[in-house]
Amino acid sequence: MDARVLNEVNYPAAGDRGGTPAQWVRTVDVSAENVVRIFGTTPALHGVSLDIGAGELVALLGPSGSGKTTLLRILAGLDVPTSGRVLFDGEDALKLTVQERNVGLVFQNYALFRHMTVLENIGFGLRVRPRIRRPSRREIRRRALELLDFVQLTGLEKRYPSQLSGGQRQRVAFARALAIEPRLLLLDEPFGALDAKVRRELRRWLLEIHTKTGHTTVFVTHDQEEALELADRVVVMSEGRIEQIGTPDEIYDKPNSPFVYSFIGESSVLPVRVEQGKVWLDEHPLDLAAGAVPSGPARLFFRPHDVEVGNDLPGAIPGVVQGLRRHGGARRVDLEVGGRGDRVEIELPADYSLNLSGRVAVLPRRYRLYPATTQTNLS
Amino acid sequence: MTDAAIAPLLVTEQRGTTVTTEQWPVRILLIGVAVAFLVLFLFMPLAAVFVEAFRAGIGAYFAAITEPDALAAIRLTLLVAAIAVPANVVFGLAASWAIAKFEFTGKSVLNTLIDLPFSVSPVISGLIYVLLFGGQGYFGAFLHSENIQIIFALPGIVLATIFVTFPFVARELVPLMQEQGTQDEEAALSLGASGWKTFFKVTLPNIRWALLYGVVLCNARAMGEFGAVSVVSGHIRGKTNTMPLHVEILYNEYNFAAAFAVASLLALLALVTLVIKVALEWRYADQIAASRRH
Ligand SMILES: Nc1ncnc2c1ncn2[C@@H]1O[C@H](COP(=O)(O)OP(=O)(O)OP(=O)(O)O)[C@@H](O)[C@H]1O
Ligand SMILES: [Mg+2]
Repeated sequence: MDARVLNEVNYPAAGDRGGTPAQWVRTVDVSAENVVRIFGTTPALHGVSLDIGAGELVALLGPSGSGKTTLLRILAGLDVPTSGRVLFDGEDALKLTVQERNVGLVFQNYALFRHMTVLENIGFGLRVRPRIRRPSRREIRRRALELLDFVQLTGLEKRYPSQLSGGQRQRVAFARALAIEPRLLLLDEPFGALDAKVRRELRRWLLEIHTKTGHTTVFVTHDQEEALELADRVVVMSEGRIEQIGTPDEIYDKPNSPFVYSFIGESSVLPVRVEQGKVWLDEHPLDLAAGAVPSGPARLFFRPHDVEVGNDLPGAIPGVVQGLRRHGGARRVDLEVGGRGDRVEIELPADYSLNLSGRVAVLPRRYRLYPATTQTNLS
Repeated sequence: MTDAAIAPLLVTEQRGTTVTTEQWPVRILLIGVAVAFLVLFLFMPLAAVFVEAFRAGIGAYFAAITEPDALAAIRLTLLVAAIAVPANVVFGLAASWAIAKFEFTGKSVLNTLIDLPFSVSPVISGLIYVLLFGGQGYFGAFLHSENIQIIFALPGIVLATIFVTFPFVARELVPLMQEQGTQDEEAALSLGASGWKTFFKVTLPNIRWALLYGVVLCNARAMGEFGAVSVVSGHIRGKTNTMPLHVEILYNEYNFAAAFAVASLLALLALVTLVIKVALEWRYADQIAASRRH
């Protein structure tokens, strides 16, 4: 997608309001306080609390079934929490109906109205307004066409959704949601059904739309790359709970639990022991600081590419090469470590010479230690 | 048959055939049987209806269908259909909406009950109402004292017809609405549409062809129903005779030409229904549940 084209397009309503986007978007800050949702007897959310600032772009990230959609639907007003509060700009949003919340929703499979043209889809939210707030037909058409321009689909107004590609449908869904001048944008796996290349294009496009319109935006994804690339802050969820909230850097570099560590990015895990402030692998003391981790069994997490390799590294982890795989510009190595046959994966430059069954010692450059008692939700 | 016994039949690949196509003699035989069956049981009777109807000449034909009792029967049939079909559209929409879009206890029971009229003999369907509202029935004394006539009158005929035809619309809509889910409605609501606007602008257009298909089938059955209506009608000429009942009376009176003349109208209705049905299936097969289930 061409960024230059986007920059020349004004947001649809800019003409009659003028000024910078910040002046015309009435966006809100959103808080969830201790939101619980129980379906029958299965709890889908166990007390989720979250504050989202006005204009922020937040990703809800988590494995399947972790409650992302449930939380989003509660924010949208399509579902009600069993207990807890939802506030928009500090006011109780649970008192408002779906219609009153004025939230722009985009679904994973678009939910475009199949019997309406693209233009009719985009104008739908304006056409169904009560008469006093409804713009004239010409005005609705004008705004819908402007939005069509905005999402770079000029000329497709007469098509039906079935005559569009997935990426185009997704943009129509965006335009339709933007048409109601929402206070908040909620996107449920907006790019989930698209192929990798279109996803990347639309990601950039979403970011530009967000910068331009300034809507508070919450999007659900289970693609961590997408979350880390797009979001101001990432909310990692697991089994109906929030595991960690933070900027992409915090989430990636300082995961606060084994779950987040292993869920975000690639990780290798090794069972170790902490004694007298030192980290032990069987009988080898490792050249790693135990920090505040208490004595006892612990687990050492590190990224496969964050290691130093050599044969004369003191305090390194000795291993035997069990497998070698090409991985893009690098080589992945499976190492068997310690007496119990534990395996870790590391990444080396492709030209690093190694043989199967060869010996090598690795030392994680960056790592995290968690007491072994902390449960990992990923098995 | 054992697997070994079928295997050679299925696996041998002849020229021009695939494993699942039968060989020529078998195919010709099967097609022949089907065609013979259709001719014998469908086309011949249908042709016979029209031949018999016009045997006494065009004049007699029009006399038979414009005679007062025949006109009364036609009027009654149209009236009954005009009440029963809309009633079943409302019922069918409500039931399929509930089944497809909500979770509630007793949902599967409701789903099963919708099919009940298909599995009950029409005569029984009529008798139920005689039992309830007839002179000796549960509400008979009360209705008599209030001077309300249900059995042997229009209300009874309408009730019996509604009962017999209520599965048609619901059966078409339930699977389609289940497949479509609630996401379109949720999108419409979140865009600010009220419940009514969502229904008329989103839900209804999404199901319109299946609904029309159901209405066409429902209407054909409502106009053609004999058994249930026969039990509750009382066969009062010019008053409670629908077209099928009128045909029977004429036939029993050896007035064949008139009987077939009225019957030809019903046959015509059947043909029109068939044409609409095929047209809908051809054009909107993907939006009509029936064509996938049958
Ligand atoms: N309508 C419902 N009735 C019963 N259980 C439900 C319902 N909706 C969701 N759940 C349950 O709640 C849990 C969370 O579901 P949710 O759809 O929020 O997950 P998710 O994080 O969006 O997953 P995914 O990535 O697969 O979309 C799941 O265990 C799910 O089975
Ligand atoms: Mg989901």
